[in-house]
Amino acid sequence: MEQTFLNIGILTWLTFLPVVGMIVVLLLPKEQKTAVRWTSLAFTLAQVVFAGILFAKFDRNLAGVNSAETMQFTELFNWISVKSTAWFGTIKIDYYLGVDGISMPMVLLTALISCIAVISSWNIEKSVKGYFALLLLLDTGMMGVFVALDFFLFYIFWEVMLLPMYFLIGVWGGPRREYAAIKFFLYTLLGSVLLLLAMLALYFSVTVVDPASGERIHTFNMMAMMNPANYDPQSLLAGAHTYWRYVAYLAVFIGFAIKVPIFPFHTWLPDAHVEAPTAISVILAGVLLKMGTYGLLRIAFPIFPDAALYYLYPLAFVGFINIIYGAFCAMAQKDFKKLIAYSSVSHMGIVILGMAAMNTQGMLGGMMQMFNHGTITAMLFLIVGVIYDRTHTRGLDDFGGLMNKMPKYSGIMVVAFFAAIGLPGLSGFISEAFSFLGAFQTFRWLTVASAFGIVLTAGYMLWTLQRVFLGTLPEKWNGLTDVTGRELVMLVPLGIIVLVLGVYPNLMLDVMNTSANALVDFVKAGGGMAVGN
Amino acid sequence: MRPELTIALAVLLLPLASFTLLIFTGRRYSERSGLVGTAFLGIDLLLALYLLAAKVPSDLKVWDHTFTWIDFHTAVNGVPLKIDIGIMVDDLTAVMLVVVTLISFLVHLFSLAYMKGDVRFSRYYANLGIFTFSMLGIVLTNNYLLMYVFWELVGLSSYLLIGHWYEKKSAADASKKAFLVNRVGDLGFFIGIMIVWMQFSTLTFDGIFGQIAGGKVPFDSNAWLTAAGMLIFCGAVGKSAQFPLHVWLPDAMEGPTPVSALIHAATMVAAGVYLTARTFPMLTADALLVIAYVGAVTAFIAATIALVQNDIKKILAYSTVSQLGYMVMGLGVGAYTAGVFHLVTHAAFKAGLFLASGSVIHAMHHALHHQHDHHTDAQDIRHMGGLKGKMPVTFWTMLIFTLAISGVPLTSGFMSKDEILAGTLAFSHFTGHTLIPVIGFLVAGLTAFYMFRMLIVVFLGSHPDAHRAEHLHESPKVMTVPLMVLAALSFFAFYSFNPLNASHGWFMENVTPPAVAVPAAAAATATETFVEEVHHQHSLAMLLSVGVAGLGILAAFVFYHWRKVSADAVMNAAKPVHTFLYNKWFFDELYHATAVAATLGTARALAWFDAVIVDGIVNGAGAVTKGFSTVSGKFDSIVVDGIVNLTATVAGFLGMLLRTVQTGRVQTYIVFALIGLMALLALYI
Repeated sequence: MEQTFLNIGILTWLTFLPVVGMIVVLLLPKEQKTAVRWTSLAFTLAQVVFAGILFAKFDRNLAGVNSAETMQFTELFNWISVKSTAWFGTIKIDYYLGVDGISMPMVLLTALISCIAVISSWNIEKSVKGYFALLLLLDTGMMGVFVALDFFLFYIFWEVMLLPMYFLIGVWGGPRREYAAIKFFLYTLLGSVLLLLAMLALYFSVTVVDPASGERIHTFNMMAMMNPANYDPQSLLAGAHTYWRYVAYLAVFIGFAIKVPIFPFHTWLPDAHVEAPTAISVILAGVLLKMGTYGLLRIAFPIFPDAALYYLYPLAFVGFINIIYGAFCAMAQKDFKKLIAYSSVSHMGIVILGMAAMNTQGMLGGMMQMFNHGTITAMLFLIVGVIYDRTHTRGLDDFGGLMNKMPKYSGIMVVAFFAAIGLPGLSGFISEAFSFLGAFQTFRWLTVASAFGIVLTAGYMLWTLQRVFLGTLPEKWNGLTDVTGRELVMLVPLGIIVLVLGVYPNLMLDVMNTSANALVDFVKAGGGMAVGN
Repeated sequence: MRPELTIALAVLLLPLASFTLLIFTGRRYSERSGLVGTAFLGIDLLLALYLLAAKVPSDLKVWDHTFTWIDFHTAVNGVPLKIDIGIMVDDLTAVMLVVVTLISFLVHLFSLAYMKGDVRFSRYYANLGIFTFSMLGIVLTNNYLLMYVFWELVGLSSYLLIGHWYEKKSAADASKKAFLVNRVGDLGFFIGIMIVWMQFSTLTFDGIFGQIAGGKVPFDSNAWLTAAGMLIFCGAVGKSAQFPLHVWLPDAMEGPTPVSALIHAATMVAAGVYLTARTFPMLTADALLVIAYVGAVTAFIAATIALVQNDIKKILAYSTVSQLGYMVMGLGVGAYTAGVFHLVTHAAFKAGLFLASGSVIHAMHHALHHQHDHHTDAQDIRHMGGLKGKMPVTFWTMLIFTLAISGVPLTSGFMSKDEILAGTLAFSHFTGHTLIPVIGFLVAGLTAFYMFRMLIVVFLGSHPDAHRAEHLHESPKVMTVPLMVLAALSFFAFYSFNPLNASHGWFMENVTPPAVAVPAAAAATATETFVEEVHHQHSLAMLLSVGVAGLGILAAFVFYHWRKVSADAVMNAAKPVHTFLYNKWFFDELYHATAVAATLGTARALAWFDAVIVDGIVNGAGAVTKGFSTVSGKFDSIVVDGIVNLTATVAGFLGMLLRTVQTGRVQTYIVFALIGLMALLALYI
């Protein structure tokens, strides 16, 4: 299935539109701040439109995952090809893009969150040009990660996203921005190294027949890596349930776990969030964290189904730790942003738990939770941003009684807070419930223990709600104004998505269902487990 | 879908429409928003009445409509995996629809005057709308998924309404407490749903009970069936304020009084009883026994606390908890119809009691306001007295409600309470658990006593402040009419034409126990045998209940009206008991010292662990790396580079030495050459 515009594939458009925008921004004179902002908005909006077209044209019945034929909107070009007589043969890297039910929601989320991040960055005044140029570059990196089907290409996008993020936190962040930026950068880099090693091990283990020359060559093609027949019998990662396959899986896993972040690799997150400007927090929580779980789904599970099944219980266990530990840590925070950061740790634990269930409901729940957490937490960070812009403090105890002073703002807040609590009728409930329902079938007691998280979450969210919004307004905030039109433009669409998906989740579930089933079946079969349930 | 079900959907959605309209445009309507909401509910009530009238004579037991909400496009053991949801109307549902819409309508009406001039008048009406919608959803659903959805939505609306005056810390605290305590119960409910979903792959009542009746029990064990039933019942423990999760309901009285009437007396708290009734077919004998004891213990604890409270709403709140315990106990002993019947009769007279107390509080507020008195508590019964002459309608209706709750013949409460008590006697006959009927009759007596205590102290005697008494007036029509309607509904005639026995009335004839699905080995006494035994025990139960109620009423008059015995003297004589009861058995203190403290303590400890240990390791790794690089930098600059430099220095030194030799003068070189030559000659010759 192909979809082109001006003879260029739609996924290329989606991925590189922001870079074009970045170039335009860089060509604008430095003083033209407004022009820079509007240019960025125009390009990210165009990206949203493309993502919308993609969503509409996406065939809900095609699985993708390990089958190249059912990947959609694919674009495949030979990118780097180095003929060599050395022992490793020809190096071939493809520009290979495509989406399936796993990546489609993420593409939509990335486009949406990027656009909203641009709107929420409107009041950035410090080196506007540089800021928006980096933001757009970041957008390309994120989008690329979600559409790349060649491991090497994936890795490049993965690293591309790192650099702008580093500068966006390190230059435009809060007082401890440099510490936070370096911590983020080094931590992610550590994961990248492990990922790189595993990628190379895979590369040298897998060969496919080159259609051009007819000889067997090594490849970075992810789908080729998922097929056990392509592994050279003598190679490091050949076979199933071998020592080196477990090692390689763990390397990949840790690489992605840092991004999720999974306990104990999560401490970069609160620091990065607290120091990052609002828009960057929104992107961080809204999209970046999903790259970790997406990596598990796209790479770790289908390439190492044997190891994935072997480590299923530990995976569910870290999910449980994330849920409970994150919730407890959130409860003790005094900084609004830090609290939301820890709630992310907790909510991403639900994604992990759902995936570890390795059945349809859990997998769908986990995948949908990725999307829902992206929208809900983005709202929460925007909500923090709104009062931080006005008061320059985030201390939970500095507020009170905002409900009366800022009624529209509070109305939106109620939607976001209760979505995070998992109230039925809002999107968070569907994904949480499915994750738990699925996980319960695989891990009975662990899921029961994890379910205590829903009480803890209600506890810290309502406590926060009370401290900030109920009670009486401190006199120093008498001058506060309600949300502006711009703030409504960024908050209301997210609120509508949260509400619509809560009432009619099929809109998103349909997209993911076929792929989720295929992934579950594939992993179970690959790991030597009878398919069913 | 049957046309009647379309009407049922309309009944469900009208209050939601009211909410949506008022939440977005309510501020523009201001005072008129109350009329808008009331109009919506009025239509809703008419539709519900029509449904009831159509359903009861209908030959079909259930009208339902099920559709597939989510299809997972996969199969488990050959059975397609999908989630079916839908709505159903049976006689119980039809009755409940009328109960909910009627009380909601009356509360809407009552609030027009009671909430007049409130800061968030339209928001209040919007929230009443979403509450009614959620409550109707609970009643209409035919599956546990939608049940849980509406269950939580009811929790949300309760949160919003309890915290209506959120500027007050106590109100904000109470709303939070209500939501969290309910969440604890809902956790159990959710775990129960997970078991059911895993084992039966369906969440519809019919589907689950059908499979159980077909011989399938969770994990092939009757114990798990008991566990599943009890876990689902956990939801009821939360929502119906049963021991040990009853602590939120009295605090919920921070909400406006009409809200207490609607949510915390008549409908929402009855949802737990309704859930238990719907789950009835899958409850094993063990589960039912636990449920019966939970209900009995709740009824007893709450009744003892209600004896000594002075806040008019607190007394009513504890009496609600106690009566809910009664209903749960009724279901637990197997008296299904009696438990549900008490739910319905209680809804009318308890809503009436709350609205009447609202009327009293309203009058007290006005009088205190006139006196510019902002310290006297308008809800403390010790500040009332002699209101009978000032507020005749409120008094007479309140008297009827009090008679009904005390179980005096000719009232609805007498009939339903009687059925429950007969059920407990039958239960003890079959199982030997005599404690249940003992508690049942004891609580009946206590109820009559504390309710008449309240009535006497508030309405009889004389008012403590003569000046204030002059400003006390009866409430306006819009408030008294709902009281009169509810008072009428507290008479027997609406439920059965025989005032002494309701079993041939339309309610008990139509709302019959569902077929039990539990395997025979785990099931309680068969329904037919049980019903027969209830008939045997009926006369005894009636005599005993009238007797204890009479005693309770008599005692109340002796203590508080005729003052033959000083209540204060008794109180002082039993000071520790009074303190214990007045402080509600210290449940709040206990929970604060254990569950709350443990949670907050763990949170603080883990946050410390996270910041100091986990992050410490990360920063430590950074510091170690940095330290290592400093050392290696030093090594590089001192040792490695030192060796390089040393080599250079040595070479330089040698060079310097040699340089002194290199004078450039031929004479010196000749001298050196001669010395060398001589040295060689000396060596070799």
